[in-house]
Amino acid sequence: MRRRAVLGYGAAGVGAVALMLFVGWWQVDGPGGPEPVGQRPVALTEMDFRLTDHEGNAVGPETLIGRPTMAFFGFTYCPDVCPTTLSDISGWLDDLGDEADEMNVVFITVDPERDTVETMAEYVGYFHPAIRGWTGPEEQIARVADGFRATYERVPAESGDYTMNHTASVFLFAASGRFVTMIDYHEPKEFAVPKIRRALEEEMEGAT
Amino acid sequence: MKKYILTGTLAALLTLGGLSVPALAGPEDVVVENAWSRASIGMNRPGAAYMTIRNTGDEPVTLIGLTTPLAMMPEIHETKTNAEGVSSMSPAGEIAIAPGESVALEPGGLHAMLMRLQEPMTEGDTFPLTLLFDDGGEVTVEVPILGIAARGPED
Ligand SMILES: [Cu+2]
Repeated sequence: MRRRAVLGYGAAGVGAVALMLFVGWWQVDGPGGPEPVGQRPVALTEMDFRLTDHEGNAVGPETLIGRPTMAFFGFTYCPDVCPTTLSDISGWLDDLGDEADEMNVVFITVDPERDTVETMAEYVGYFHPAIRGWTGPEEQIARVADGFRATYERVPAESGDYTMNHTASVFLFAASGRFVTMIDYHEPKEFAVPKIRRALEEEMEGAT
Repeated sequence: MKKYILTGTLAALLTLGGLSVPALAGPEDVVVENAWSRASIGMNRPGAAYMTIRNTGDEPVTLIGLTTPLAMMPEIHETKTNAEGVSSMSPAGEIAIAPGESVALEPGGLHAMLMRLQEPMTEGDTFPLTLLFDDGGEVTVEVPILGIAARGPED
């Protein structure tokens, strides 16, 4: 009898611990997690920068207003993180299907020295057709990153070349330009797609 | 003595081709599975290759380096993403694999960084990549080159 009672408590204990762990995960890393304080990008309407898209069009934050936006930073000489993020985004867009048609998807280079307009055009051509590639003068890239509260840094590589450390999160903005949330690097699809839907839904609320 | 075995795509290719796997194999305790890489645009950009390296033996093995005719400077790298969401990449150093354990080289973590390509990586091709171990053992795996937007060995 006694032994059974102990077993009973034991099972309840395991359940309670599992619940605590789940709640902890949800609040810290999961969808319930808060955005890091002081790290939130400003609204697109408060940003000011001039870049060129991969088709040679002049673009800026105003280009993005009116449609929800998914934006991220990278560079085309990036062997691991950037193609992975671009592939992830392509997969999310495929999942969203028609829903994603009215969305801006922008890949902004942090390596304008190597990523010319032509280079960006060739590179984005390998991924989902909705993805636009933006580049521009270094000081303009710096202004974009500042508005997004993103960082990047040029680091010499052993090969004699250089690589770029950079913010790998994907940023989501509502059609109004308001920042909604971000998708961390390698966040599972089950979290990423609902976050994108949140940005898409804000558009509808704003429109009514 | 440690033994190394080659499995996965190359084994399948060799089997289909009527060749016997042991012809290329060194020691047989290390098994390389699901190797893949992405096509490159030209030769100026570094490539990356991924795989799972399994130690099926009774002793630890330590991966100390890579060689391949495809790249002058192949090296195991590790991508790390910090609490601020900033990703960076650096040499991973030696990688010890305990008996019965495996190490995954996968996007966003460890990768075989292929610096100074000697030729473009073309989708549909393969290239040989040799893993060097601290006891002098080597395993050569034939790595399939998938599309630039590939997400894993199945793409
Ligand atoms: Cu690397």
